Amino acid sequence: MKRQTRLVEVRTRILKENDVTARRLRQRFQDDKVFVVSLVSSPGSGKTMFLEKTLERLREGGWRVAALVGDLATENDAARLGRARVPVRQITTGTVCHLEATMVETALEGWSIPDLDFLFIENVGNLVCPATYDLGEDLRLVLFSTTEGEDKPLKYPTIFNTADLAVITKMDLATAVEFDAEAARKNIGEVRPGMEILEVSAKSGAMMDAWLDSLRQRKHDREEDRSTPKGANSSELADPLGRPAG
Amino acid sequence: MHELSIALSILDIANEQLHDHGDAEVLAIHLKLGRMSGVVKEALVSAFELAREGTKLEQAQLVIEDIPVMLHCRTCQCERPAESMQSLRCAVCGGLSAEITRGHELEVFAMELEPMEATP
Repeated sequence: MKRQTRLVEVRTRILKENDVTARRLRQRFQDDKVFVVSLVSSPGSGKTMFLEKTLERLREGGWRVAALVGDLATENDAARLGRARVPVRQITTGTVCHLEATMVETALEGWSIPDLDFLFIENVGNLVCPATYDLGEDLRLVLFSTTEGEDKPLKYPTIFNTADLAVITKMDLATAVEFDAEAARKNIGEVRPGMEILEVSAKSGAMMDAWLDSLRQRKHDREEDRSTPKGANSSELADPLGRPAG
Repeated sequence: MHELSIALSILDIANEQLHDHGDAEVLAIHLKLGRMSGVVKEALVSAFELAREGTKLEQAQLVIEDIPVMLHCRTCQCERPAESMQSLRCAVCGGLSAEITRGHELEVFAMELEPMEATP
């Protein structure tokens, strides 16, 4: 008997499971009225310092904040962030180079999310793999420091493209390392046209007010957005990556 | 290197399909892979070869359709290719566009199956 080859249509997104979990998380965050921010960057960009200052300032301002921190092997970052005196949980990923939505869901077990205003998720230091995984966040920050050079966005266009806000860190070192801020802005504008860019120094505090204002405004806008009635099942129709169009 | 976990997900999807389509040998798995998906084609192929070893999908070939980045250009009012990953500009008029219409794909879209010969 002659064997016959059949072509079967499949049409399944490879990360379907992650996307389903991320959508569930996003719905939960929305129901619980917590604004969720994720941070991606390469190792050593000053992400933890930036987050530590952000948590501290928000807490002092009376906001209820918490953080999840992804790290390959150590718990050093969680210990550092603990200095901001807010709840911090570490997700040790072992050999996995990025966070996935299920890791976030598991790490949140036992936490009372409705008691929070802001939740921060610090991804593993890596500008490649985290790009592919939606974590259910409202806002994704991509950070890079003045010491890394202006062409970082051109080297890692995909991750810059998945982000909603770019933060250039260590601006206190800009002069010493001859950082060309204008070139950096232009490069970001080429790979993610129209994205908001902030040049900060967590150390000196420069532009941290602008960042916190932008953050509060975004939380406010998101809540206004959500209180506007939408068609039934509107969440079903949303972009699976949950990003605003344009 | 998240390509290995992507390769394992591809095998899971293929196994689910096999379950639905009865006993068959998988000759090929066809993917659509966008250049903006964050997955490197060469790394995925190597990871897949490693992942399929010793499974019933050992003979399956990965056939990858490379999807370039396409934008909606507001000036031209249609879909156009992007100049490059480093420059999301319309390849025709040079205008910037943040509206990516294609290039994020990461999808198994078909499989080639060969039914097993019935044992006498």
